[in-house]
Amino acid sequence: MTINPPLPEQVHVSDTVAAPVDSGDAPPKSMWRLGLEVFLANRLAIVGLVVVLLFVAFCFLGPLLYHTEQLRTDLAQANQPPGTGGHPLGTDDVGYDELGRLMVGGQSSLEIGIAAAVMATIVGTLWGAIAGYLGGWVDAIMMRVVDTLLAIPGLFLLLLLVAIFTPSTGLLIVVIAFGAWLTPARLVRGETLSLRTREYVQAAKMMGGGNRRAILKHITPNAIGTIVVNATFQVADAILIVAALSFLGLGVPPPHADWGNMLSDGTAFTQNGYWWMILPPGLAIVLVVVAFNFLGDALRDAFEVRLRRR
Amino acid sequence: MAAYLVRRVLQSILVILLVSLVTFTLLHLLPGGPARAILGPRATSQQLQQFIVQNHYDKPLILQFGLWFNDLLHGNLGYSYHLNENVASLIADRLPKTIVLMLLSIVVALLIAIPLGVYQARKRNTVGDYVLTGFSFLFYAMPSFLLGLLLIILFSFVLPWFSPEAPQSDSLGAILADGNALVLPVATLALITIAAFSRYTRSSVMENLTQDYVRTAAANGAKDSRIVVKHVLRNALIPVVTLLGLSLPALFAGALIVESVFNYPGMGFLFWQEAIVRDYPVLLGVTLVVAIATVVGSLLADIAYAVLDPRVKYA
Repeated sequence: MTINPPLPEQVHVSDTVAAPVDSGDAPPKSMWRLGLEVFLANRLAIVGLVVVLLFVAFCFLGPLLYHTEQLRTDLAQANQPPGTGGHPLGTDDVGYDELGRLMVGGQSSLEIGIAAAVMATIVGTLWGAIAGYLGGWVDAIMMRVVDTLLAIPGLFLLLLLVAIFTPSTGLLIVVIAFGAWLTPARLVRGETLSLRTREYVQAAKMMGGGNRRAILKHITPNAIGTIVVNATFQVADAILIVAALSFLGLGVPPPHADWGNMLSDGTAFTQNGYWWMILPPGLAIVLVVVAFNFLGDALRDAFEVRLRRR
Repeated sequence: MAAYLVRRVLQSILVILLVSLVTFTLLHLLPGGPARAILGPRATSQQLQQFIVQNHYDKPLILQFGLWFNDLLHGNLGYSYHLNENVASLIADRLPKTIVLMLLSIVVALLIAIPLGVYQARKRNTVGDYVLTGFSFLFYAMPSFLLGLLLIILFSFVLPWFSPEAPQSDSLGAILADGNALVLPVATLALITIAAFSRYTRSSVMENLTQDYVRTAAANGAKDSRIVVKHVLRNALIPVVTLLGLSLPALFAGALIVESVFNYPGMGFLFWQEAIVRDYPVLLGVTLVVAIATVVGSLLADIAYAVLDPRVKYA
């Protein structure tokens, strides 16, 4: 073993990805173009993207092709193992078709996860950009709010909020976003602190541009890399949180299904060996979360190209 | 450094004050007001009135916060009408059990994660490294409740080795004595922690392997294993202290779920049970205690870091 290896440029899962070759005479490529190339060169990113698209198609287009009854229970058909009575994945404890339920449940998981991530990202970005740009006591107060909420472990805060405000799907999105906007707020604030001293921001200010213009037209677009990468990870986290809340019985309210409460229904039957109630929703959660994590990693590499070229 | 510590302590006190303000605010956001929410739908208006006067809910908000905070300083976190017990004594009973679960898991996780991280850093970009990286991604994405369920199915039912339920005893000693029942809950919490810790150790060791002191030691003829253990690990593990502090919220959340899956009689399990029946005094009390524990924990981690790494200058 050699203890003195060549310097690793970055410590990262995707070190294997080849950097785009910069040939001298070819016309210079745009940063977006370069970023796209790095993204596409990353095999894990492609896998992530394909998995996400497959799941979206499965959950939202699947029910159009595969019709199942997901509102009325059918106790005569309960606990059927896969393959019996026209149920490829069997049925659950009240007779819902598992495959159909996986589609319907996936709709809630994906919808809530993505909506909460988008909401958290928008709120967090604005909060962080405003705090970082204005600085001074406004920044101090705004960031103490973030520190305070970050000090309360998320799941406890969310369960408390869900217990206070009985959740509908819409409210669940707001509650999850409320627990999640803190990270983007911190990241964007950090970025803003350096961006606000740049010449173009100063120039815009000198030409009489107001604070709002600086934040919306100059700061936020230039922090887009950080924002998009974090948003991708936010989706993964939000999907896990929805599943956790539903698993604990305080998430998506019945008769709606999601992967978390499907799992929670299955727990009653661990001893009976009814694996079809646990493995499919569990696998779905893990696959989607891993896929979004791959996407986030690849996007980070792609946006780093822009930084390298600067 | 003294100035840094003082500033850091003051900051933590401020955050704790603000957290208690948040909790106090939530108390007043309870549906139907605190009296109705705590006494339940069947309380008569006379009982409500009595409760309001007794608990000073008729006073100005500022005064209420003062009284509430004074109670807090005296360890009075309210009363659970659902369990008919003092919230503070409920927490005093359950918190040590949660801390034991967390400590056991952290120790197990570190014992496994650090050698793994070192191995991965030394054999970087080999098949072994990729396989382990794949596993850490998998466990990182695996929700703890799913992992717990899978472990129960595999190691309690398919292979009847361990108890599917955590120790149910009331005393801490009896819980620790029931090693067989502790295996699965501790393993679940440890496995999700190992993923993050080993990745962190891997990058930290890799960074340190490129330092000049490693080359110097190698040039002096020190063996590779000695360099790693005596020189690299000492430096590489300093940031892990910070990681421990940062992962406290995640550990508390993980403990809540693991306790719920395995019926472990800790604070997370209590919180979950009372969340379902909307026992607000318990929920607010536990939230406050967990937040304070988190703030104090990360403060301790920061202090430890400052002590361990004298190179860092705190302006």
